Amino acid sequence: MSMSASELQHYLFAPHPEEEEATANASFGFWIYLMSDCILFASLFATFVTLSRSYAGGPTSQEIIHLGHTLEETLVLLCSSVTCGFAMLAMYRRQLRRVLGWLAVTFVLGLTFISLELQEFLSLVAAGHGPTHSGFLSAFFTLVATHGTHVTVGLLWMLVMMAQIAVKGLSEPVQSRLIRFSMFWHFLDIVWVGVFTVVYLNGVL
Amino acid sequence: MLETDLIGRLRLSSIPYQSGIVMGATAFMILVIVIVLGSITWYRKWGYLYREWLTTLDHKKIGIMYVIVALVMLLRGFADAVMMRSQQALAFGSARGYLPPQHYDQIFSSHGTIMILFMAMPFLTGLMNVAVPLQIGARDVAFPFMNALSLWLTAISAMLIMISLPIGDFSRAGWSGYPPLSELRYSPTVGVDYWIWALELTGIGSLMTGINFLTTILRMRAPGMTLMRMPMFVWTTACTNILMILAFPVLTIALALLALDRYLGTHFFTAGMGGNLMLYVNLFWMWGHPEVYIVILPAFGVYSEIVPTFAGKPLFGYTSMVYATCAITLISFTVWLHHFFTMGAGPDVNAIFGLATMIIGIPTGVKIFNWLFTMFRGRIVFPTPMLWTLGFIITFTIGGASGVMLALPPANYVLHNSLFVIAHFHNVLIPGTLFGMFAGYTYWFPKALGFRLDERWGVRAFWAWLLGFYFAFMPLYVLGFMGMPRRMEHYTNPAWRPWLEIAAFGVLLILAGIGCQVTQLLVSIRDRAKNIDASGDPWDGRTLEWTVSSPAPVYNFARIPHVHTRDAFSHQKEKGLVHHRPDGFHDIKIPRNTPLAFAVGMLAFGFGFGMVWHIWWLAAITFLLTLVCLIVRGSSDDVEDIVSGAEVERIEKARYRELSAIGADDQSRYAHHQPAHV
Repeated sequence: MSMSASELQHYLFAPHPEEEEATANASFGFWIYLMSDCILFASLFATFVTLSRSYAGGPTSQEIIHLGHTLEETLVLLCSSVTCGFAMLAMYRRQLRRVLGWLAVTFVLGLTFISLELQEFLSLVAAGHGPTHSGFLSAFFTLVATHGTHVTVGLLWMLVMMAQIAVKGLSEPVQSRLIRFSMFWHFLDIVWVGVFTVVYLNGVL
Repeated sequence: MLETDLIGRLRLSSIPYQSGIVMGATAFMILVIVIVLGSITWYRKWGYLYREWLTTLDHKKIGIMYVIVALVMLLRGFADAVMMRSQQALAFGSARGYLPPQHYDQIFSSHGTIMILFMAMPFLTGLMNVAVPLQIGARDVAFPFMNALSLWLTAISAMLIMISLPIGDFSRAGWSGYPPLSELRYSPTVGVDYWIWALELTGIGSLMTGINFLTTILRMRAPGMTLMRMPMFVWTTACTNILMILAFPVLTIALALLALDRYLGTHFFTAGMGGNLMLYVNLFWMWGHPEVYIVILPAFGVYSEIVPTFAGKPLFGYTSMVYATCAITLISFTVWLHHFFTMGAGPDVNAIFGLATMIIGIPTGVKIFNWLFTMFRGRIVFPTPMLWTLGFIITFTIGGASGVMLALPPANYVLHNSLFVIAHFHNVLIPGTLFGMFAGYTYWFPKALGFRLDERWGVRAFWAWLLGFYFAFMPLYVLGFMGMPRRMEHYTNPAWRPWLEIAAFGVLLILAGIGCQVTQLLVSIRDRAKNIDASGDPWDGRTLEWTVSSPAPVYNFARIPHVHTRDAFSHQKEKGLVHHRPDGFHDIKIPRNTPLAFAVGMLAFGFGFGMVWHIWWLAAITFLLTLVCLIVRGSSDDVEDIVSGAEVERIEKARYRELSAIGADDQSRYAHHQPAHV
């Protein structure tokens, strides 16, 4: 070994102190979680497709789907993704109040989506077409409600983030969490595209 | 069905007073708990326990706790095995044995559930925790808090299984829980609910482990450690994690849908009203098959560490090992139907899955040959880890061969649900997974705890296990060919009897093996001063974990190493650079201890118990408090402590003094090392 002492140090040891990669690692790990959530939804989609004709003498998909309502839900949710995007742009520009404003709009849109979905569920249950009445209905309610539950968790997360921003400002950890939140919110939008295609559009054919 | 009682459907009569066996087991459990808690109190260790173990986020300690869970559950699962073997040896003709069918069914269900999910999974996760961050030159895993969460979710899920013994009953529907038997109508008791919630909660833990370790491996390797320079155990861990991430969500859904059927009256898997029983089978095995590869790949990784170390040569065919591992990972998602060839998919579909199943045997064969070629022309030594490995290579191959037989749909029609299947999967799980876990346990024990396990008792344990395995399971192949079905608590065919008696003898040998292992642990702890691993490198190792002290300091590495080849420590040994002193030390951030992970674990136990017994207020409150804990954690920014550079220097200098005193930095003693120069 004909290295000088300092060359040997560089050869054997990484430079110190080491780089901080917490935000990047958190985003990477969260992306992997989203991929696992994809599989979760894929299983529910597979279940739904398998049971999509198991009416057991109850209502068919054509009888329970009202595409106008689905369109309302879709527009609301897609808009909420756009407003979430605006919130993130404001975050990168360090415009704290604008972040809070766009997050509030996103929250209201998300809440509207949930209330529209609840309306749909309640009217189905009131008509005697709840999830316990056939395999098809069990699968329909579970797939759509799992997505809705994810959205609800997102709403709660949004409230927590708005509180954090108000109290701590746009610190590095807060930004890191906002990035992960926005990944989650956009992911839910993509899943919804799958839901309205496979369940609603396919269901009226 | 909705109770409004304060205690749901829990009653005094939920305790199975009438079963002497259950009451005896409960008394034993209570005795053990009293002894453990009493000892902690007597030696005034509650503060120590809380500070150092219950609140830790350190992967090294989390790994140790995982292995403790695994070893305890091994004893419980083995007790089930002894009961099954003794029952089958006794219950012939007019003799009914001592286990009525309703009890026997719970025993085989808990045996399978425990061994796969509460013995194998925690064991391999524990080894991953102990070894992987050190092997890649990292300070910790990517998400230390999530790591602790995973541990506690697994531990409390095991507790849910254990508490089903004195309070209520367990599932009678096997470890696979097929409907309609697992539906409310045919399993109205709490047993299946315990099974569902324990698996759901531990499944969340496993999913989080998968995310954690994959991120750690892909993003936190030491500089210079390319993927093709990683130790093979890290490769198998990475692939195992990919399987965990992609498979566990399917189990989560399968069990959630079953729970919806049981709790809300939906019709996913009911016999009627649009339910589809085959849907459950497909969902369960779409998880179930990757799961068995999840439990075998880490064992293969352990063997890939042990063979080069004890043959003194680099792993033969590293590149093909990597490709084989990746091939196994991919193909494992394409074979699930072979668990139900007889369910009626038809010959064309069966043929496809039969072919895929046979193909997946090939990469495993590649691995066996690579281990053999690694040993060829090596200078082999035979400490206990190497014995387990040799026992594996020979015995596992038989199990693999019987798997290829089962992969043929026509053969499967004859052998499905017979003892041949039981023989096959125990023939791959025990020599494969379990011996690998024992080998890894012995191999990394000094690194984790600072002293070696007693070698003599290890050798005795190995021989007892190996012989016991052959006596216990080879007869089952014969019985399978003779047509004996699985899961029978009584039989009348006299031709089967001698084989079952041989199998019972085998299980006694294995019991002796376990006795040797318990003794080994006690003797090793008693003699730990004599067996101290002073250098940190008890096996003349080849990888980075052996460069640090045993146990490793809390920060793992004072300076992150720069890696230049595969077998990074062998490379240092070859170049005469072992234990080279760094020119400076710096402050190191470490995760701060927190009680929140343990708290969430306890809350999860309350949630599971509440859901099982329909104590809705308990389930609601524990769920909400869990959310609170997670929100508190997710809003905390100041979560790290600092080990000062001066403190690091003090610790390292003490180590260097020790190394000099024992001559461990005498470079000439390592000159024989040859890494793979890649």
